[in-house]
Amino acid sequence: MKYLRTNIQEIETAAELQKIINENENVMVCCGRMGPMCIPVYEIMEELEEEYDNVKFYSMAFDSPESNVIRSAPECRGFMGLPFTMYYKDGKVAKATTSIQSMPQVKANLDEYLS
Amino acid sequence: MEKIYDVIILGAGAAGLSAGIYTSRGKLDTLILSEGVTGGQMVLTNEIANYPGVEMIKGYELADIMKRQAKSFGCTLKANVKIVDYRLTEEIKEVELEDGRVFRAKAVILTPGGKPRSLNITGEKEFEGRGISYCATCDADFFRDKRLIVVGGGNSALEEAVTLTHFASQVTIVHQFDHFQAFAYAVEEASRNPKISFIMESELRAYEGNGTLQRVQIEHLKTGELTHLDTDGVFVFIGYIPNTAAFKGLVAMNERSEIVVDETMKTNLPGVFAAGDCVAKRYRQVTTAVSDGTIAALSAIEYIRSK
Repeated sequence: MKYLRTNIQEIETAAELQKIINENENVMVCCGRMGPMCIPVYEIMEELEEEYDNVKFYSMAFDSPESNVIRSAPECRGFMGLPFTMYYKDGKVAKATTSIQSMPQVKANLDEYLS
Repeated sequence: MEKIYDVIILGAGAAGLSAGIYTSRGKLDTLILSEGVTGGQMVLTNEIANYPGVEMIKGYELADIMKRQAKSFGCTLKANVKIVDYRLTEEIKEVELEDGRVFRAKAVILTPGGKPRSLNITGEKEFEGRGISYCATCDADFFRDKRLIVVGGGNSALEEAVTLTHFASQVTIVHQFDHFQAFAYAVEEASRNPKISFIMESELRAYEGNGTLQRVQIEHLKTGELTHLDTDGVFVFIGYIPNTAAFKGLVAMNERSEIVVDETMKTNLPGVFAAGDCVAKRYRQVTTAVSDGTIAALSAIEYIRSK
């Protein structure tokens, strides 16, 4: 079931997420809601899809039980702000951030962790 | 020959999108450049209940409709760009982006909006998203049965404090004055709530913790006494500041860094207009931003056609 109204492709299940990070070298997933802190990150990802064609961009609904795989990830311990944004490199979490991120912050993470 | 737009609109909040709808529908070649998210502070609003003609709508939905309207009339929109230079005094105005691209236009409408004011104290960057939040709607449920502090004394602070009591075990409002700026109904509702307590005439001086926020340092402004208060989270609602720093020295501003305009939204520079939360005015609402943007667009259309 899809929860998010964005132009970013939404991952609906934990199994789908696992398949995507297994099959792609660089994956960014924004796990959030349609809220004020999350929407800017989705929009930034939309803007960057063309520029970073080596990265696959996805969203995942924070309120879906399936996103527990992100919510309970060790890298997200102590996170108390939406969205949780995950950067996967070769199937592993390379970086995770909490709360709203700016374009320079997202680009810095893409350049440093998913280049 | 390099392309010259009729109008460049700087900002894509309610004022910028409204201006874009009007100029592009008026057949002006229009470009909206936005350093932030499309929708501006509309997106930061969970539900909008007082937009005439619409009973209740999510802020992001209203923003999305305005964006689609502007695009449907031919408006070009580039969001999340980084602008490094503005050249606004000549007849053809120029806006330069970080990547070296330069956009030119006969007129410019400044609609940069505002941004939430932060406390700018020790520990702020370290604990953002790890205890510090600016959005109760987004983050309240991370604080179920926890102790919270709300900073501020306006309507947002008091209303959000009441909202947060549905999640938190206790909420302490810290405010710098001995009275609130909020409307009486908001003060009464907060005062009646048994989970809410108040620390007046005080300001936060530091966020402290280990990985996550654990306590804050508070200064009583009358006595100068510094104390610590244990907390699991701090929600900051202390208003907005206009995003006008980049225009300082370019257009006339008042002492609050708000752009001074006349009743047709003209600034002191020919062909440069301003609208929305960045201009000097008393009331800041989505509806007033839409009104400002409309007037600025009509003035820009008139200016260009008079050339």
